[in-house]
Amino acid sequence: MTAPVVVVTLVLVGYPLVRGIYLSLTDATEGNMGRTIGMNVIPSTYEFVGLKNYIDILTSSEFLGRLTWTVVWTVVCVALHVGIGLGLALLLNRPMRLRSLYRILLVLPWAVPAFVSAFIWRYLLNGEFGVVNAMLRAAGFAGVSWLDDPFWAKVSVIACNVWLGVPFMMLALLGGLQAIPRELYEAAEVDGATPWQRFRHITLPSLRPVSSTVVLLGTIWTFNQFPVIFLLTKGGPGGSTEILVTYAYRQAFEGIRNYSGSAAWGMVILALLVVMATVYRRALRQQGEAW
Amino acid sequence: MSHAAPARAGTWSRDRRGPGRSVALHLTLIAASIVSVFPVAWLVLTSLKPRTVIETASVAPIDHPTLANYTQVLGETRFLTWAANAVIVSLITAVLGVLLSATTGYAVSRFRFPGFRSVMWMLLITQMFPVAILIVPIYNLMAGLGLINQFPSLVIAYLTSTVPFCAWMMKGYFDTVPVTIDEAGRVDGLTPFGTFWRLILPLAKPGLAVAAFYSFITAWAEVAYATAFMTGDDKYTLAVGLSQFVGQHKAEWGLLTASSVLIAIPAAAVFLLVQRHLVTGLTAGATKA
Repeated sequence: MTAPVVVVTLVLVGYPLVRGIYLSLTDATEGNMGRTIGMNVIPSTYEFVGLKNYIDILTSSEFLGRLTWTVVWTVVCVALHVGIGLGLALLLNRPMRLRSLYRILLVLPWAVPAFVSAFIWRYLLNGEFGVVNAMLRAAGFAGVSWLDDPFWAKVSVIACNVWLGVPFMMLALLGGLQAIPRELYEAAEVDGATPWQRFRHITLPSLRPVSSTVVLLGTIWTFNQFPVIFLLTKGGPGGSTEILVTYAYRQAFEGIRNYSGSAAWGMVILALLVVMATVYRRALRQQGEAW
Repeated sequence: MSHAAPARAGTWSRDRRGPGRSVALHLTLIAASIVSVFPVAWLVLTSLKPRTVIETASVAPIDHPTLANYTQVLGETRFLTWAANAVIVSLITAVLGVLLSATTGYAVSRFRFPGFRSVMWMLLITQMFPVAILIVPIYNLMAGLGLINQFPSLVIAYLTSTVPFCAWMMKGYFDTVPVTIDEAGRVDGLTPFGTFWRLILPLAKPGLAVAAFYSFITAWAEVAYATAFMTGDDKYTLAVGLSQFVGQHKAEWGLLTASSVLIAIPAAAVFLLVQRHLVTGLTAGATKA
């Protein structure tokens, strides 16, 4: 009885995916795509070219550069998300005054829509009249051209994304911390375990079901963090902050629209993520997780 | 932590920490709170400054306060149209998304078949990075159907990413509803659909709420599809409209900050109310796969 809806769902997701695979094997661009201009229907003239697009991508110099930066971006962001998130969660997981106030203040970056945050940061980091530079100058340093220098632009997008992503990690890990039975800590203390040992042997293993999930979610979200890159630096300067996802988008929708090339980039990205997720899942399995 | 005297080192006796550690704890949290709040606070303050002050490197928090940016955003731009567009698209996405994902989630929760876990896993993986992979085929399909610059194209695009994830999350909720309830419904003469609609759905209300909210905010804050699909400025959603304020050649920071505040305040208020459920929902579905 639910079959029709399930079929709709499968069509909704499956059909574009199949069509994407097909497009990636053709030479479709803006020029040879079928279209309708007024009364005239121009038929499509693109052709099947096999794996040409994939070979072009894998042999291009662009591919390694984009991939390296995407991996650096994802690893640095997720590491900082989880590290800072866990630190704050540990601090918040104690009885103290003003706890719920801190909680609300710290969650705020997640509450603001990501595209608004990207615009906020673009303003804060503005070279001429951004407040960050203004404060640096007031403190006697020279201003930094945050968004116009390849290195600092990378630092900027990472800073913005870390600011955005920490609250989710903090809340998820805090939930995990609160679910750990106190008796474990009491027993460990009776046995003379140091605070570090208790953290290492009770807190971290007990958090694993939550942390393995949020690390996976965080990795996928960061890998695909389109708004931050696209709105903060537009991938620039000179493509230095362009991750795979924004690069594929730009191929398809800027300049001469290269639909087939972009579809092939999409499939390469899909392949990368499936490989990564499978490896991750295997690793979790070996540690006895119920995935 | 390792410097603490043994008597109060316990994680379970943290309420007895000394004054020094209390101060350190609060100072750390205050510093973190400042980092977290400052960009938003500065946004609000900037939106109240006149244009001439915004375009100087002034660090004064308040300088010639004025509401001019707000009146200009509301009166002289299409901000309200964009907001209405974003709300319409997000609402339709949320309603359709919940209907489709609840039904799919129920089906996946109740029927087991070989390779089930792998299918669930692939469902999670393929749906979570749809922008780069699906945007080109969806764009071409919509162009073929003549739906570019029409709201249905955006709704369909958003459903491709929200439905699988919500279905996955809903499955987690349906798994917690005992199968005996299904059986009881059938014994009492309900049709299979009646069982689902009248017995199971009401029990999964928190899950439905999370799915609806997740669908809504995904659609509401989406940038890539909206930028590519909506070509006329009467059809822009907020994310696309706002980027018009800070284009390549001109930057209307006053308009941008004022409209950002107008968007962020309702969004943040709703969000802070429901975030607890959202975190539970997002991680619960995952751990129960």
